Amino acid sequence: MSNLIKLNGETASIVENEWTCVNLPASQAEQRVQAGKVVLFKLTGEKSVTDEQVATTVIPATGKVIVPLSVFIARKNALVSRINAGEIGVWLDTHEVLEHLIERQADLNVLPIIAVHVERFADGRIFSLGTLLRTRYGFKNELRAFGDVLKDQLFFLKRSGFTSFLIRADRSAADAITSLHDFSQPYQGAVDESQPVFKRYHRTA
Amino acid sequence: MYQYDKLDQQIVDERVAQYRDQTRRYLAGELSEDEFRPLRLQNGLYIQRYAPMLRIAVPYGMLSSRQLHKLGDIAKKYDKDYGHFSTRQNLQLNWPKLEDVPDILAELAAVEMHAIQTSGNCIRNITTDQFAGIAPDEVIDPRAMAEVMRQWSTFHPEFALLPRKFKIAVSGTKQDRAVVQAHDIGMEFYTDTFGKLAIKVWVGGGLGRTPILGSVIREHLEWQHALTYCEAIIRVYNLHGRRDNIYKARVKILVKALGIEEFKKQVEAEWAYLKDAPNTITEAELARVGKHFEDMPYEQLPAHDASFDAALASNPAFAAWVKRCVHAHKTVGYRAVTLSLKPHGKAPGDATSAQMHTVADLAEAYSFSELRVSHEQNLILADVKLSDLFSVWEKARANGLATPNIGLLTDIICCPGGDFCSLANAKSIPIAEAIQMQFDNLDYLHDIGDIELNISGCMNACGHHHVGHIGILGVDKDSAEFYQVSIGGKQGNDASIGAVIGPSFAADEMPSVIQKLIDVYIKERTDEERFIDTVRRLGVAPFKAHVYADKNSAKDEVAA
Repeated sequence: MSNLIKLNGETASIVENEWTCVNLPASQAEQRVQAGKVVLFKLTGEKSVTDEQVATTVIPATGKVIVPLSVFIARKNALVSRINAGEIGVWLDTHEVLEHLIERQADLNVLPIIAVHVERFADGRIFSLGTLLRTRYGFKNELRAFGDVLKDQLFFLKRSGFTSFLIRADRSAADAITSLHDFSQPYQGAVDESQPVFKRYHRTA
Repeated sequence: MYQYDKLDQQIVDERVAQYRDQTRRYLAGELSEDEFRPLRLQNGLYIQRYAPMLRIAVPYGMLSSRQLHKLGDIAKKYDKDYGHFSTRQNLQLNWPKLEDVPDILAELAAVEMHAIQTSGNCIRNITTDQFAGIAPDEVIDPRAMAEVMRQWSTFHPEFALLPRKFKIAVSGTKQDRAVVQAHDIGMEFYTDTFGKLAIKVWVGGGLGRTPILGSVIREHLEWQHALTYCEAIIRVYNLHGRRDNIYKARVKILVKALGIEEFKKQVEAEWAYLKDAPNTITEAELARVGKHFEDMPYEQLPAHDASFDAALASNPAFAAWVKRCVHAHKTVGYRAVTLSLKPHGKAPGDATSAQMHTVADLAEAYSFSELRVSHEQNLILADVKLSDLFSVWEKARANGLATPNIGLLTDIICCPGGDFCSLANAKSIPIAEAIQMQFDNLDYLHDIGDIELNISGCMNACGHHHVGHIGILGVDKDSAEFYQVSIGGKQGNDASIGAVIGPSFAADEMPSVIQKLIDVYIKERTDEERFIDTVRRLGVAPFKAHVYADKNSAKDEVAA
């Protein structure tokens, strides 16, 4: 049974996952870290990817695959024909920098899918990343959340521009799907509904 | 005050349904402890030392009589017949049952209340001056903007799971009473040179383990842009704030690491995209919300009232109360009244159900059925006629709500501490009670004069100890409860962080430590000086010398 929820306009349904996610091989290298665009702290715990990992990542020769951002950046030239065939998507971790993707791929809409991996439920960077992909970088295709994705993020993810949600394997997508409509009239403008309530309705009281 | 329309009501009703389902899933074992935690926290539910604690939102401290009656009923039905007003102007219940919380929320929703975002790593309740709208030194009534910001921050999807809690305060007075410099964002409203409403924006203040006063990120922001500018700040923070260490996760740490100039540069770059986005506030919306905060239908009254003057002259107890608990009002013939929740020997900020009903009745009879909660943990009747003050006093006094100690040593700000809170290193309420009993002499308290004493049971600083003229912090020393004392902290326009005077003390030493600090002040003060002024003039040294004199001589004896 698939655990993938997909939005089509306002209608959500559980669908088969036609994309294969490619992972980086494990690394023995020391972890480096960052916080803030300018200052590099030591030991903030975010993994950085080594050249060796990027080079040894195995990409299936056929079919629709979502590759890690670091692999896409380093190995894009080898993937051009498959990109043109609409077979390549990109995924990134929440600590990765969107500008790096834009520098390598100015028109994001050649990618049929971008996926954001959220390692821990409490990591809300995913909401800003979705918002930026939609509002700043004009991405129009499927935007997917995967990883520690549970029922209770769905409403916020939808509002931040996500259109598909791969629910964590041990939970039921059928149960989660109802939460996309937890609130019928949100106050503030966001990606899915850009107008705040005071511009959508004539509030008189 | 603000009244919900259908849309506001729908959101709180839907929240009750959502939380009822989350609680059901947790109790059914479908959500683990770890998964339920952020969900219940975003609804103000902590698991405490002995029981859950539920924090109910009181947006910018405003309550109606009807709402306070409901809170009194809830405290009786679901708790031990009392509640605790907190430094975020909220109400905390210390003993609700986890499985009752959905029903409590449903009862709250019936009176346009909720517990949304009173905890958790999200935008918290927006606080302001308890005298908003009536203060003589007010430039702008900040409540309409506070309400617009409340709505905007409620379930803001992009900022649902921030690195850490995020607190915003707004202020519209010359004398800041909202501690804007101690908030993640502080908004100081003023009228600019064109006569337009503008905002001075502070960022990166906060107490807690690393107390920092905020920096000005923008001197002048047009009010229409309040929401989009906050979005720019919080987006930079959401993306780049640290998430690996909760003690380094507040925006103040990011601001400090980047420097205010670089942080500002990043915020302004973000705002270049967000400026004039749909969340820009319209004149119509501010006017709609503003209508709920228009002046009360005040009577035209003379500046003096003969019965009031007579009572003042003949009744010293009433006069003492008026001196401390009655405040100026912008309208002739009216006053604001603080009902003290700091009777000596009781937990600061606690109110029984009966007291809540009494205060609700007083507000109904004398103050347009509205009241406020102050961040100093007292209740305020904002619009009382001079001629009614004596009646208010008699009724308040009969219910233990008229201790004439507002702004005095025993008007202690105090967190729930180790008696309730599982974060605490030490108890704070018994320390407050012991100090109150040490100074249980009103003449002496009045002689000591204006002073603020703040107590926190741990470095999370819910009791704002850093900005107390005297601050007390509970610390853990080899698994025993000790107390570190600082002096020279201050809230307001000239805010400062207190300096620690030296090694910490055992609980039973605390009343005498405070006594010694006061003794130095009484000895050294000039006629004009408050405690804080003397500390600022002399520095910590003479206070420290006196407090530790016995300890040092005891050490000398041992050494000899």
